[in-house]
Amino acid sequence: MEIQRTIKYDADRVRGFAEEIMSLAGCDQLKSCIQCGTCSGTCPLSIYMDYTPRQVMALVRADFKNEVLRSHTIWLCASCYACTVDCPRQIRITDIMYALKQRAIQEGIYPRRFPIPVLAREFSAMARRMGRITETLLVLRLFLKSDWRALFRSWRMGLGLLRTGRFSLKPERIQRRDELAAMLAATNGGSLPPAERKEAV
Amino acid sequence: MKYLYFPGCSLKGLGRAYEESLLPVLRHLGVEVQELEDWNCCGATAYMSVDEMEAAVLAARNLALAEQQAGSRDLLAPCSACYLVLHKVQHNIAQFPDVRSTVQSALDRARLRYTGRVQVRHPLDILLHDVGLDVIREKVVRPLRGLKVAPYYGCQIVRPYATFDDAFNPTTMDRLLATLGAEVVPYPLKTKCCGGSLTGTVPEAGLRLSYILMKEALRRGADVIATVCSLCHFNLDAYHQEIERRWGAVRIPTVYFTQLMGLAFGLAPRELGLHRNLVPFEKWSAVTAAS
Repeated sequence: MEIQRTIKYDADRVRGFAEEIMSLAGCDQLKSCIQCGTCSGTCPLSIYMDYTPRQVMALVRADFKNEVLRSHTIWLCASCYACTVDCPRQIRITDIMYALKQRAIQEGIYPRRFPIPVLAREFSAMARRMGRITETLLVLRLFLKSDWRALFRSWRMGLGLLRTGRFSLKPERIQRRDELAAMLAATNGGSLPPAERKEAV
Repeated sequence: MKYLYFPGCSLKGLGRAYEESLLPVLRHLGVEVQELEDWNCCGATAYMSVDEMEAAVLAARNLALAEQQAGSRDLLAPCSACYLVLHKVQHNIAQFPDVRSTVQSALDRARLRYTGRVQVRHPLDILLHDVGLDVIREKVVRPLRGLKVAPYYGCQIVRPYATFDDAFNPTTMDRLLATLGAEVVPYPLKTKCCGGSLTGTVPEAGLRLSYILMKEALRRGADVIATVCSLCHFNLDAYHQEIERRWGAVRIPTVYFTQLMGLAFGLAPRELGLHRNLVPFEKWSAVTAAS
C-alpha cells in the first residue's frame, strides 16, 4: 500500500503554467472561471474522471501542471464540446483539454500502454505518412501497441465487419505525399512557443 | 446545384454505407457532386491532441485544394468529425494570426492558396436549405409510414459551432424524416455523446454512453435510430453485441438518415449499403411493402 499526501503544497506548483495555457488561442477566458461546475455537470464522462473538469480548470489556473498532465481527465475528454457551449463564461474548455493533451504527449508523461494517447499518436503518424487513415489498420496498430489481447476479444466483431464488406486492409494513401510532408515540415515540427501567441485584434 | 465533395477516410472505410447512400440520394435529387481531387485526412480529434499547428495545416490543405479546384465554392463534408475540423480550422485561421501565418507558409511550399472563400457545408444543410423539403417530398414514392425514428445528431455538427441548426435542440433531421413520412419520436438525447473513440479505448465508459442512447430510443418507442455520423453508426451498430453482453438486451438498428431517404425514394436497400449493418434493419421491408 502506497501512502500519499492528499493535499497540494505550494511547492507543487509550476510557475508560469497557467499563463502559458491562457496565452493559447481562445484559452484566455479561463481567468474568468467562476468554478460553478456546469462543465462537470454537463460532461458525460466526468463520472469516470480522477479530477472533474471544474477541478482541472482550478488546477490549471493555480499552476498545478503535473497534476493535470498526469490526470486521466484530459484523455477521457471525448471532444463532445458540451462544456464549451454550456459554460456561462464562454471558456473553450474542450480546447484547453486539447492544449493539455498536446503538452502531456510532448513531455511524454502519459501512462504507457494507456490506449487513448497511443491512438492519438498512431493516428497522427498514419495521417502524416499516408495522408489518409485506413481505419482497420489503425485499430490493429492500436491493439498491438496497447493491449494485443483486445484483438482476440474483438474477433466476433471482426468477422461481422468482414462479412458485411467493411473490413479492408488495403492501405489508403494520397498521391502527393511529398507535398503533404513538405507542408507539415513547414510548421517546424510543432507549435510556436505559447508565449509568442497573441489573439487577433 | 453543384458541390465539391470531401468524403473523409471513414466514408471510404468502415462507414462506406454512408457514402453508398448519400451519393445516389443526391443524384436522385439532381444535386451534382465532384470529389475533391487528392483530398487528405482532416485530422479528426486525434491529430489535434498531438500537434495543433500540424493539425491546422493538414485540414487547410483540403480547404486550399477546394479553392483551387473549379466547380463550386461549397465543400460538402458529410462526416461529423471532418465537418467540425474544417470549420474549426477556418475559424482559427481567421481569428489567430500565428495559426494563419503557419498555415500560409505551409501552403506556400505546395504553391497552394487559401483565401477563406470556401464554404464547408453539411448534407442536412444542403438538403433543407438549398434543395428544400418541397422538392424532397415530391420524390417520396414509398413514404415511411408507421416507422418510428429516433433522430440522433450527435455532437460535432451542432457543437461548438451551431452553423445551420440549433446547438441545443436541432430539428433539421426531424423535419426531413417527417417529410419522408416517418414518425419522429421525441428524443431528448439527440445531441448527447456516443462515446466517440472511447468505445474502443475505454469500453466501460465509452460503450455505456452508446448503451444509454439505445435504451432511451427504445423507451421512446423507436424502431430505428437515424444517424449523421459514421463513428456514431459504428458505435451503435458494430459494438451492439458487446453492449448487450455487458448490460442486457437493447436491440435496435441504427442507419444513416440518407439510407432512410433512399428507401423513401424507392431505391433498393442494397444500393444504399443497408446490407452492411451488423444489426439488420428488418422493419424497412414491412414499411415499404405497406405503401
